[in-house]
Amino acid sequence: MTLYDKIVEMLEDKFGVSSDEVTPESTFEDLDLDSLDLVEFSMALEDELGVGISDDEAAELKTVGGVATLLKEKGASV
Amino acid sequence: MTSAAMVLAGLGAYLPERIVTNDDLSQVMDTSDEWISSRTGIRQRHWAAEGQTSLHLAVEAGRQALKATADGITDVDAVVVATMTPDRRCPATAPEVAAALGLGTVPAFDVAAICSGFVYGAATAQGLIAAGTARRVLLIGSEVMSHVLYPTDRNTAVIFGDGAGAAVLRAGDADEPGAFGRFDLGADGEDSDLIRIDGGAGKIPPSPDRETGREDYMTMEGRAVYRRSIPTMAASSTTVLDSRGWTVDDVDVVIGHQANVRILDAVCNELGVDTARNFINLDKVGNTSAASVPIAMTHAHQQGFVSTGDRVLITAFGGGLTWGSTTLTWPELPAAEST
Repeated sequence: MTLYDKIVEMLEDKFGVSSDEVTPESTFEDLDLDSLDLVEFSMALEDELGVGISDDEAAELKTVGGVATLLKEKGASV
Repeated sequence: MTSAAMVLAGLGAYLPERIVTNDDLSQVMDTSDEWISSRTGIRQRHWAAEGQTSLHLAVEAGRQALKATADGITDVDAVVVATMTPDRRCPATAPEVAAALGLGTVPAFDVAAICSGFVYGAATAQGLIAAGTARRVLLIGSEVMSHVLYPTDRNTAVIFGDGAGAAVLRAGDADEPGAFGRFDLGADGEDSDLIRIDGGAGKIPPSPDRETGREDYMTMEGRAVYRRSIPTMAASSTTVLDSRGWTVDDVDVVIGHQANVRILDAVCNELGVDTARNFINLDKVGNTSAASVPIAMTHAHQQGFVSTGDRVLITAFGGGLTWGSTTLTWPELPAAEST
Protein backbone atom coordinates (compact mmCIF):
# COMPACT_ATOMS: atom_id res chain seq x y z
CA MET A 1 0.00 0.00 0.00
CA THR A 2 1.30 3.46 -0.91
CA LEU A 3 0.90 6.61 1.16
CA TYR A 4 -1.65 7.78 -1.38
CA ASP A 5 -3.72 4.58 -0.96
CA LYS A 6 -3.58 4.99 2.79
CA ILE A 7 -4.85 8.57 2.53
CA VAL A 8 -7.75 7.49 0.31
CA GLU A 9 -8.60 4.69 2.73
CA MET A 10 -8.64 7.14 5.63
CA LEU A 11 -10.82 9.62 3.73
CA GLU A 12 -13.22 6.77 3.10
CA ASP A 13 -13.28 5.65 6.75
CA LYS A 14 -13.44 9.05 8.36
CA PHE A 15 -15.53 11.14 5.98
CA GLY A 16 -17.44 8.57 3.95
CA VAL A 17 -15.76 9.67 0.73
CA SER A 18 -16.11 7.03 -1.99
CA SER A 19 -12.67 5.94 -3.26
CA ASP A 20 -13.99 6.01 -6.85
CA GLU A 21 -14.41 9.78 -6.58
CA VAL A 22 -10.83 10.41 -5.51
CA THR A 23 -7.87 11.17 -7.77
CA PRO A 24 -4.54 12.75 -6.77
CA GLU A 25 -5.84 16.00 -8.26
CA SER A 26 -9.08 15.96 -6.22
CA THR A 27 -9.34 19.06 -4.09
CA PHE A 28 -10.84 18.89 -0.62
CA GLU A 29 -13.48 21.27 -1.84
CA ASP A 30 -14.40 18.72 -4.55
CA LEU A 31 -14.81 16.13 -1.79
CA ASP A 32 -16.96 18.49 0.31
CA LEU A 33 -14.38 18.75 3.07
CA ASP A 34 -14.04 22.16 4.75
CA SER A 35 -11.23 23.71 6.77
CA LEU A 36 -12.30 22.03 10.01
CA ASP A 37 -12.50 18.63 8.29
CA LEU A 38 -8.91 19.22 7.18
CA VAL A 39 -7.88 19.93 10.76
CA GLU A 40 -9.50 16.67 11.86
CA PHE A 41 -8.00 14.81 8.95
CA SER A 42 -4.51 16.09 9.72
CA MET A 43 -4.98 15.01 13.36
CA ALA A 44 -6.00 11.54 12.18
CA LEU A 45 -2.95 11.37 9.91
CA GLU A 46 -0.73 12.35 12.85
CA ASP A 47 -2.21 9.56 14.96
CA GLU A 48 -2.06 6.96 12.22
CA LEU A 49 1.32 7.74 10.68
CA GLY A 50 3.19 9.28 13.61
CA VAL A 51 4.18 12.53 11.86
CA GLY A 52 3.57 16.09 13.01
CA ILE A 53 1.42 18.35 10.81
CA SER A 54 1.17 21.97 11.94
CA ASP A 55 -2.02 23.97 11.70
CA ASP A 56 -0.43 26.17 9.03
CA GLU A 57 0.61 23.13 6.99
CA ALA A 58 -2.90 21.71 7.26
CA ALA A 59 -4.35 25.00 6.07
CA GLU A 60 -2.11 24.90 2.97
CA LEU A 61 -3.28 21.47 1.87
CA LYS A 62 -5.41 21.68 -1.26
CA THR A 63 -5.41 18.27 -2.95
CA VAL A 64 -5.19 14.62 -1.97
CA GLY A 65 -1.93 14.29 -3.92
CA GLY A 66 -0.60 17.29 -1.97
CA VAL A 67 -1.14 15.43 1.29
CA ALA A 68 0.83 12.46 -0.02
CA THR A 69 3.70 14.78 -1.02
CA LEU A 70 3.75 16.47 2.39
CA LEU A 71 3.73 13.14 4.21
CA LYS A 72 6.54 11.83 2.02
CA GLU A 73 8.64 14.94 2.79
CA LYS A 74 8.08 14.22 6.46
CA GLY A 75 9.34 10.67 6.05
CA ALA A 76 6.02 8.99 6.72
CA SER A 77 5.54 5.43 5.53
CA VAL A 78 2.76 2.86 5.68
CA MET B 1 -13.92 16.35 60.36
CA THR B 2 -15.22 15.15 57.02
CA SER B 3 -15.34 17.91 54.44
CA ALA B 4 -18.66 18.44 52.71
CA ALA B 5 -19.35 17.50 49.11
CA MET B 6 -20.89 20.03 46.70
CA VAL B 7 -24.44 19.36 45.54
CA LEU B 8 -26.46 21.01 42.77
CA ALA B 9 -29.55 22.63 44.32
CA GLY B 10 -30.95 24.93 41.62
CA LEU B 11 -30.55 26.21 38.07
CA GLY B 12 -31.62 29.23 36.06
CA ALA B 13 -30.85 30.95 32.78
CA TYR B 14 -31.52 34.22 31.06
CA LEU B 15 -31.18 35.12 27.39
CA PRO B 16 -31.65 38.67 26.09
CA GLU B 17 -34.72 39.17 23.91
CA ARG B 18 -33.03 40.09 20.66
CA ILE B 19 -32.40 37.10 18.38
CA VAL B 20 -29.79 37.45 15.64
CA THR B 21 -30.02 34.82 12.92
CA ASN B 22 -27.30 33.68 10.53
CA ASP B 23 -29.20 35.44 7.76
CA ASP B 24 -29.07 38.68 9.76
CA LEU B 25 -25.28 38.36 9.97
CA SER B 26 -24.91 37.61 6.27
CA GLN B 27 -26.30 41.12 5.65
CA VAL B 28 -23.27 42.71 7.31
CA MET B 29 -20.40 40.34 6.51
CA ASP B 30 -19.27 37.80 3.96
CA THR B 31 -20.99 34.71 5.32
CA SER B 32 -24.14 32.64 4.95
CA ASP B 33 -26.44 30.44 6.98
CA GLU B 34 -24.93 27.40 5.24
CA TRP B 35 -21.34 28.47 5.99
CA ILE B 36 -22.02 29.14 9.67
CA SER B 37 -24.27 26.18 10.40
CA SER B 38 -22.14 23.60 8.58
CA ARG B 39 -18.98 24.69 10.42
CA THR B 40 -20.42 25.33 13.86
CA GLY B 41 -24.01 24.06 14.15
CA ILE B 42 -25.12 27.56 15.18
CA ARG B 43 -28.34 28.93 13.62
CA GLN B 44 -29.02 31.93 15.84
CA ARG B 45 -27.82 33.66 19.00
CA HIS B 46 -29.18 36.26 21.40
CA TRP B 47 -27.53 39.67 21.68
CA ALA B 48 -28.06 42.11 24.51
CA ALA B 49 -29.98 45.33 24.04
CA GLU B 50 -28.09 48.60 24.18
CA GLY B 51 -27.18 49.33 27.79
CA GLN B 52 -27.75 45.74 28.89
CA THR B 53 -24.61 44.33 30.52
CA SER B 54 -23.31 41.15 32.13
CA LEU B 55 -24.59 42.49 35.47
CA HIS B 56 -28.18 42.61 34.21
CA LEU B 57 -28.02 39.16 32.66
CA ALA B 58 -26.37 37.68 35.77
CA VAL B 59 -29.02 39.13 38.07
CA GLU B 60 -31.84 37.67 35.96
CA ALA B 61 -30.26 34.20 35.79
CA GLY B 62 -29.34 34.32 39.48
CA ARG B 63 -32.88 35.26 40.46
CA GLN B 64 -34.29 32.34 38.44
CA ALA B 65 -31.90 29.87 40.09
CA LEU B 66 -32.61 31.14 43.63
CA LYS B 67 -36.36 30.85 43.01
CA ALA B 68 -36.05 27.28 41.75
CA THR B 69 -34.00 25.49 44.41
CA ALA B 70 -34.82 21.92 45.36
CA ASP B 71 -34.98 22.79 49.08
CA GLY B 72 -36.76 26.13 48.68
CA ILE B 73 -33.95 28.06 50.37
CA THR B 74 -33.48 31.41 48.64
CA ASP B 75 -30.33 32.80 50.21
CA VAL B 76 -26.67 31.96 49.76
CA ASP B 77 -23.48 32.90 51.57
CA ALA B 78 -21.17 33.49 48.60
CA VAL B 79 -21.55 34.72 45.01
CA VAL B 80 -19.11 33.82 42.24
CA VAL B 81 -19.46 35.24 38.73
CA ALA B 82 -17.54 33.75 35.80
CA THR B 83 -17.20 36.27 32.99
CA MET B 84 -14.78 37.62 30.40
CA THR B 85 -17.06 40.56 29.70
CA PRO B 86 -17.47 42.27 33.09
CA ASP B 87 -19.25 45.59 33.33
CA ARG B 88 -16.07 47.30 34.40
CA ARG B 89 -12.37 46.43 34.74
CA CYS B 90 -12.74 47.49 38.36
CA PRO B 91 -14.58 46.46 40.46
CA ALA B 92 -15.60 42.86 39.78
CA THR B 93 -19.21 42.22 38.72
CA ALA B 94 -20.13 39.73 41.48
CA PRO B 95 -20.47 42.24 44.38
CA GLU B 96 -22.99 44.27 42.36
CA VAL B 97 -24.87 41.09 41.42
CA ALA B 98 -25.07 40.11 45.11
CA ALA B 99 -26.31 43.57 46.06
CA ALA B 100 -28.90 43.64 43.27
CA LEU B 101 -30.22 40.25 44.40
CA GLY B 102 -30.55 41.49 47.97
CA LEU B 103 -28.00 39.00 49.30
CA GLY B 104 -26.41 41.47 51.71
CA THR B 105 -22.68 41.52 52.34
CA VAL B 106 -21.79 37.96 51.36
CA PRO B 107 -18.34 37.41 49.81
CA ALA B 108 -18.52 37.98 46.05
CA PHE B 109 -15.86 37.83 43.35
CA ASP B 110 -15.32 37.11 39.67
CA VAL B 111 -13.46 34.22 38.07
CA ALA B 112 -11.70 34.80 34.73
CA ALA B 113 -11.20 31.54 32.85
CA ILE B 114 -13.01 32.50 29.62
CA CYS B 115 -15.09 29.61 28.21
CA SER B 116 -13.98 27.35 31.07
CA GLY B 117 -15.08 29.98 33.59
CA PHE B 118 -18.12 28.17 34.90
CA VAL B 119 -16.20 24.93 35.48
CA TYR B 120 -13.33 26.81 37.17
CA GLY B 121 -15.93 28.71 39.23
CA ALA B 122 -17.61 25.46 40.26
CA ALA B 123 -14.25 24.02 41.35
CA THR B 124 -13.72 27.20 43.38
CA ALA B 125 -17.16 26.86 44.94
CA GLN B 126 -16.41 23.24 45.78
CA GLY B 127 -13.32 24.47 47.62
CA LEU B 128 -15.28 27.13 49.53
CA ILE B 129 -17.82 24.50 50.57
CA ALA B 130 -15.26 21.81 51.44
CA ALA B 131 -13.31 24.27 53.61
CA GLY B 132 -16.46 25.41 55.39
CA THR B 133 -16.09 29.02 54.20
CA ALA B 134 -19.54 28.82 52.60
CA ARG B 135 -22.47 26.42 52.87
CA ARG B 136 -24.30 27.69 49.77
CA VAL B 137 -22.81 29.38 46.74
CA LEU B 138 -24.56 31.13 43.85
CA LEU B 139 -22.37 30.59 40.78
CA ILE B 140 -23.27 32.53 37.65
CA GLY B 141 -21.70 32.52 34.19
CA SER B 142 -22.65 35.75 32.44
CA GLU B 143 -21.42 37.19 29.17
CA VAL B 144 -22.21 40.00 26.79
CA MET B 145 -19.89 38.78 24.06
CA SER B 146 -21.49 41.11 21.51
CA HIS B 147 -19.59 43.98 23.18
CA VAL B 148 -16.23 42.47 22.21
CA LEU B 149 -17.05 41.14 18.72
CA TYR B 150 -15.54 43.05 15.81
CA PRO B 151 -18.61 43.55 13.65
CA THR B 152 -17.26 42.08 10.41
CA ASP B 153 -14.95 39.38 11.83
CA ARG B 154 -16.51 36.12 10.78
CA ASN B 155 -14.05 34.14 12.91
CA THR B 156 -15.82 35.43 16.02
CA ALA B 157 -18.93 37.47 15.19
CA VAL B 158 -20.88 34.48 13.86
CA ILE B 159 -20.03 32.27 16.83
CA PHE B 160 -20.66 34.10 20.06
CA GLY B 161 -23.89 34.98 21.81
CA ASP B 162 -24.95 36.73 25.00
CA GLY B 163 -26.61 35.14 28.01
CA ALA B 164 -26.30 34.04 31.60
CA GLY B 165 -26.76 30.80 33.47
CA ALA B 166 -26.73 30.23 37.22
CA ALA B 167 -26.43 27.35 39.65
CA VAL B 168 -27.08 27.20 43.38
CA LEU B 169 -24.51 24.88 44.94
CA ARG B 170 -24.81 23.67 48.53
CA ALA B 171 -22.93 21.56 51.05
CA GLY B 172 -24.09 17.95 51.13
CA ASP B 173 -23.02 14.33 51.06
CA ALA B 174 -20.88 12.73 48.36
CA ASP B 175 -23.37 9.90 47.84
CA GLU B 176 -26.56 11.97 47.49
CA PRO B 177 -28.09 12.85 44.11
CA GLY B 178 -26.66 16.12 42.77
CA ALA B 179 -23.21 15.55 44.25
CA PHE B 180 -20.29 16.62 42.08
CA GLY B 181 -17.21 14.46 41.77
CA ARG B 182 -13.66 15.71 41.52
CA PHE B 183 -12.72 18.38 39.04
CA ASP B 184 -9.95 18.14 36.47
CA LEU B 185 -8.63 21.60 35.57
CA GLY B 186 -5.78 22.56 33.25
CA ALA B 187 -4.24 25.53 31.51
CA ASP B 188 -1.59 26.16 28.84
CA GLY B 189 -0.34 29.73 28.63
CA GLU B 190 2.01 28.78 25.78
CA ASP B 191 -1.07 29.15 23.57
CA SER B 192 -2.45 32.26 25.26
CA ASP B 193 -2.62 34.09 21.92
CA LEU B 194 -5.19 31.74 20.38
CA ILE B 195 -8.12 33.54 22.04
CA ARG B 196 -7.46 37.11 23.11
CA ILE B 197 -8.45 40.74 23.51
CA ASP B 198 -5.22 42.74 23.62
CA GLY B 199 -6.44 46.28 24.13
CA GLY B 200 -7.44 48.22 27.21
CA ALA B 201 -5.29 46.40 29.76
CA GLY B 202 -1.58 46.23 30.57
CA LYS B 203 -0.42 45.01 27.17
CA ILE B 204 -1.95 47.92 25.28
CA PRO B 205 -2.99 50.28 28.07
CA PRO B 206 -5.62 52.93 27.65
CA SER B 207 -4.11 56.24 26.66
CA PRO B 208 -5.65 59.66 26.01
CA ASP B 209 -4.05 59.45 22.53
CA ARG B 210 -5.26 55.97 21.62
CA GLU B 211 -8.53 55.46 19.83
CA THR B 212 -10.53 52.25 20.10
CA GLY B 213 -9.23 49.83 17.46
CA ARG B 214 -9.22 46.22 16.34
CA GLU B 215 -7.10 45.30 19.38
CA ASP B 216 -10.00 46.15 21.69
CA TYR B 217 -12.06 43.34 20.17
CA MET B 218 -11.75 39.62 20.39
CA THR B 219 -9.44 37.62 18.12
CA MET B 220 -9.64 33.84 17.83
CA GLU B 221 -7.49 31.39 15.87
CA GLY B 222 -10.38 29.04 15.22
CA ARG B 223 -8.60 26.15 13.53
CA ALA B 224 -5.86 25.96 16.17
CA VAL B 225 -8.45 26.09 18.95
CA TYR B 226 -10.41 23.34 17.25
CA ARG B 227 -7.30 21.18 17.06
CA ARG B 228 -6.36 21.66 20.72
CA SER B 229 -9.86 21.38 22.14
CA ILE B 230 -10.85 17.89 21.00
CA PRO B 231 -8.03 15.76 22.50
CA THR B 232 -7.78 18.02 25.55
CA MET B 233 -11.47 17.80 26.45
CA ALA B 234 -11.46 14.05 25.82
CA ALA B 235 -8.43 13.50 28.08
CA SER B 236 -9.84 15.73 30.82
CA SER B 237 -13.17 13.89 30.62
CA THR B 238 -11.42 10.54 30.94
CA THR B 239 -9.63 11.79 34.06
CA VAL B 240 -12.84 12.74 35.87
CA LEU B 241 -14.66 9.58 34.78
CA ASP B 242 -11.77 7.47 36.09
CA SER B 243 -11.70 9.37 39.37
CA ARG B 244 -15.39 8.64 39.88
CA GLY B 245 -15.10 5.02 38.85
CA TRP B 246 -17.39 5.50 35.85
CA THR B 247 -16.80 4.02 32.41
CA VAL B 248 -17.94 5.74 29.23
CA ASP B 249 -20.91 3.37 29.19
CA ASP B 250 -22.03 4.80 32.55
CA VAL B 251 -22.37 8.31 31.10
CA ASP B 252 -26.04 9.12 30.44
CA VAL B 253 -25.62 12.74 29.36
CA VAL B 254 -22.70 14.92 28.24
CA ILE B 255 -23.05 18.65 28.82
CA GLY B 256 -20.10 20.25 27.07
CA HIS B 257 -19.18 23.86 26.48
CA GLN B 258 -21.35 24.87 23.54
CA ALA B 259 -18.61 26.10 21.21
CA ASN B 260 -19.14 24.00 18.14
CA VAL B 261 -21.25 20.91 17.53
CA ARG B 262 -18.41 19.32 15.59
CA ILE B 263 -16.06 19.68 18.57
CA LEU B 264 -18.65 18.19 20.94
CA ASP B 265 -19.36 15.27 18.62
CA ALA B 266 -15.64 14.66 18.04
CA VAL B 267 -15.04 14.61 21.82
CA CYS B 268 -17.80 12.00 22.20
CA ASN B 269 -16.38 9.95 19.35
CA GLU B 270 -12.91 10.07 20.87
CA LEU B 271 -14.30 8.99 24.25
CA GLY B 272 -16.54 6.33 22.73
CA VAL B 273 -19.77 7.93 24.00
CA ASP B 274 -22.82 7.88 21.71
CA THR B 275 -23.27 11.41 20.33
CA ALA B 276 -27.01 11.05 20.99
CA ARG B 277 -26.14 11.62 24.67
CA ASN B 278 -24.56 14.96 23.84
CA PHE B 279 -26.80 17.85 24.85
CA ILE B 280 -26.79 20.58 22.19
CA ASN B 281 -28.39 24.02 22.44
CA LEU B 282 -25.78 26.04 20.56
CA ASP B 283 -28.02 26.03 17.49
CA LYS B 284 -30.29 28.41 19.44
CA VAL B 285 -27.85 30.34 21.64
CA GLY B 286 -24.40 30.22 20.00
CA ASN B 287 -21.25 30.13 22.10
CA THR B 288 -21.93 32.11 25.28
CA SER B 289 -18.46 31.54 26.76
CA ALA B 290 -18.63 31.17 30.57
CA ALA B 291 -22.44 31.20 30.46
CA SER B 292 -22.59 28.25 28.09
CA VAL B 293 -22.43 25.31 30.52
CA PRO B 294 -25.03 26.60 33.04
CA ILE B 295 -27.41 27.65 30.24
CA ALA B 296 -26.99 24.19 28.72
CA MET B 297 -27.60 22.53 32.12
CA THR B 298 -30.78 24.59 32.55
CA HIS B 299 -32.06 23.87 29.05
CA ALA B 300 -31.22 20.15 29.31
CA HIS B 301 -33.25 20.04 32.52
CA GLN B 302 -36.19 22.01 31.09
CA GLN B 303 -36.32 19.87 27.97
CA GLY B 304 -36.15 16.62 29.93
CA PHE B 305 -32.91 15.68 28.15
CA VAL B 306 -31.47 14.91 31.58
CA SER B 307 -33.44 13.18 34.37
CA THR B 308 -33.03 12.54 38.06
CA GLY B 309 -30.32 9.96 38.68
CA ASP B 310 -28.58 10.40 35.33
CA ARG B 311 -24.79 10.34 35.40
CA VAL B 312 -23.62 13.54 33.78
CA LEU B 313 -20.23 14.50 32.38
CA ILE B 314 -19.43 18.23 32.11
CA THR B 315 -16.46 19.44 30.08
CA ALA B 316 -15.27 22.84 28.85
CA PHE B 317 -12.35 24.39 26.96
CA GLY B 318 -11.43 27.97 26.16
CA GLY B 319 -9.07 30.92 26.17
CA GLY B 320 -6.01 30.82 28.38
CA LEU B 321 -5.86 28.17 27.22
CA THR B 322 -7.96 26.70 30.02
CA TRP B 323 -10.03 23.58 30.36
CA GLY B 324 -11.92 21.68 32.98
CA SER B 325 -14.27 18.75 33.53
CA THR B 326 -16.35 17.26 36.28
CA THR B 327 -19.13 14.76 36.92
CA LEU B 328 -22.40 14.78 38.80
CA THR B 329 -25.44 12.64 39.34
CA TRP B 330 -28.49 14.63 38.37
CA PRO B 331 -30.65 15.59 41.36
CA GLU B 332 -34.39 16.07 41.55
CA LEU B 333 -34.92 19.75 40.75
CA PRO B 334 -38.02 21.88 40.38
CA ALA B 335 -38.92 22.87 36.83
CA ALA B 336 -36.32 25.55 36.11
CA GLU B 337 -37.59 28.80 34.76
CA SER B 338 -35.84 30.81 32.13
CA THR B 339 -36.68 33.57 29.77
